[in-house]
Amino acid sequence: MQAYIKHESIAALMNRSNVDTDQIIPKQFLKKVERTGFGQHLFHDWRFNDDGSENAEFELNKAIFKGAKILVAGDNFGCGSSREHAPWAIADYGFNTIISTSYADIFYNNCFKNSILPIVATKAQLASLMDEISANEGVKFIVDLENQQLTTPAGNGFKFDVDPVRKENLLKGLDDIGITLQYIDLIDQYETKHKQSYPWLWA
Amino acid sequence: MKKTMYEKIWDSHLVAEVAGQTPLLYVDRHLMHEVTSPQAFEGLRLAKRKVRNPHSILATMDHCVPTKDRDLPISDPIAKKQIETMADNCEENGLNLYDMKNPNNGVIHIVVPEHGFVHPGMVVVCGDSHTATHGAFGALAFGIGTSEVEHVMATQTLPQQKSKTLLIQIDGELSKYASAKDIALAITGKIGTAGGNGHVIEYAGSAISNLSMEGRMTLCNMAIEAGARAGLVAPDEKTYAYLKGREFAPSGEGWDQALAYWKTLPSDEGAEFDMVVTLNAADIEPQVTWGTSPEQVTGITDRVPAPEDFDDSIKQQACANALEYMGLTAHTKMTDIPVDLVFIGSCTNGRIEDFRIAAEMTKGRKVAANVTAIAVPGSYHVKNQAEEEGLDKIFIEAGWEWRDPGCSMCLAMNGDELTVGQRSASTSNRNFEGRQGKGGRTHLVSPAMAAAAATAGHFVDIRNL
Repeated sequence: MQAYIKHESIAALMNRSNVDTDQIIPKQFLKKVERTGFGQHLFHDWRFNDDGSENAEFELNKAIFKGAKILVAGDNFGCGSSREHAPWAIADYGFNTIISTSYADIFYNNCFKNSILPIVATKAQLASLMDEISANEGVKFIVDLENQQLTTPAGNGFKFDVDPVRKENLLKGLDDIGITLQYIDLIDQYETKHKQSYPWLWA
Repeated sequence: MKKTMYEKIWDSHLVAEVAGQTPLLYVDRHLMHEVTSPQAFEGLRLAKRKVRNPHSILATMDHCVPTKDRDLPISDPIAKKQIETMADNCEENGLNLYDMKNPNNGVIHIVVPEHGFVHPGMVVVCGDSHTATHGAFGALAFGIGTSEVEHVMATQTLPQQKSKTLLIQIDGELSKYASAKDIALAITGKIGTAGGNGHVIEYAGSAISNLSMEGRMTLCNMAIEAGARAGLVAPDEKTYAYLKGREFAPSGEGWDQALAYWKTLPSDEGAEFDMVVTLNAADIEPQVTWGTSPEQVTGITDRVPAPEDFDDSIKQQACANALEYMGLTAHTKMTDIPVDLVFIGSCTNGRIEDFRIAAEMTKGRKVAANVTAIAVPGSYHVKNQAEEEGLDKIFIEAGWEWRDPGCSMCLAMNGDELTVGQRSASTSNRNFEGRQGKGGRTHLVSPAMAAAAATAGHFVDIRNL
């Protein structure tokens, strides 16, 4: 997994709440058996017209948001289906940071497996960020995960919370399975005990 | 200390709690389908890792499979490749797979209970958010991402943060024809799709214990629509009676041992929950969604709301967006909304009881002109049972299509889908924009409500039939 490093990037604004994973990556693109190439289909039904051309009305199609690494979005981002294709598409498109007031649990977990930092803001913090982007489209924010600090030109940045284990793994780009396998002895011990406690499961 | 059922299951599955690391939870059962697993197998292969406990896995093909003309090759080459990849992966790793031609095939969350593969007190995962279904047995069952699917295959564990607990207490008698689906929708309407975020729900109260096992599965299935990763119902005599004699249920001495353990699982009297929500069953009317989120729902005697009916500006905007997408005018009576297509099926409502009640509503009636009605059993076993009871004839005589099992129009990956502007009455679980086909308009309802809408051509208050 790619390590997450401090960066200064364009923040794109998507002022919609309850953005669900069916919108992030519509189901017609879930049939691939690879992990790559989903970015071209991100937000497909909103992003493209029926003839395949870009929908000029869709916020992320604004030229000024091209190359954005930070996505600022409304409440409860990523609800619905557990599909990890959603964070794969977000990362493949180029985003590595999302800022919202809340996330659906499965989506939130999936972000950390894909080098995406989902920052939780208060309602007031999010509103200030949205206002700042609206007033100055193309504005760049600085995300410093090491110090858990978001910085913006107009001073709307804030310290954000992140689980210390997840932070460490993101900063180092560590693979979860590798970490867990360090505890293989504990898993073996647990399983031995499990067989004694619940023998009918192993009959 | 008094413990909730969630805490008991959590404690008994904790493998390691190392300082500075996320707690590691043991996984008893791992369910699989073709859409969220291929990249996990690929990851295992690349890292030269093996499946730790193949016997803990049960796999099926459901999302992409056609529900008619099963004998013909799958016409979509990408779906075909996904199906073939699933078969290859299961064979290579020695996994139990109910493939498309297998008599046990069906939707994963229908098939697993049919075979008694999940028991009370287990930790169960699947790369599918509707894994919550299995909470009906008092198992901690939740959806995971594909990276986690790979993690569980390799280690039989998952790093997990402990959730908060939410008790949803529902007492009283449901009104005639109100069902588990209506309870699930009413809960989502009350607490919203983010209401349960970070929580595991325990459903309790007389209205819950009165539900059949299938009703409990429908209810827990939609815990995710209320934002919770898992929903639980305490195991009781109904649970034990359902499991007894099924293929993967314990037997003989093992049954007695298991039963003694299962009886220790319900939350202790007086155990504390982080949040409590109460509903009165008698107040729950048959529900219909009007918007593009499962929380945008109301009773059948109500009207489509207007944005100004909401206090919160975000909800006002969401309502305005939904009305536009759904092609609805505020204040329209729910019973005046016409439907073009009716779908009965899915992991939410694709079980035998769902087809029985739908058949009762359909018997001696005809599907309205201009309505297409599709019945998709959740598994071949459901299909066969329905045919033994003659339900298929009732549907076919009324003008319904009687299909083979699969996820079908719940997420419209297999070619069964709405066209732009088409409006459905659907027994599935999500009414998101485009969920049932780009531009399609979905109204979520119970099987009885769906069947009645097929006959009338619009939503009806089934209590008046």
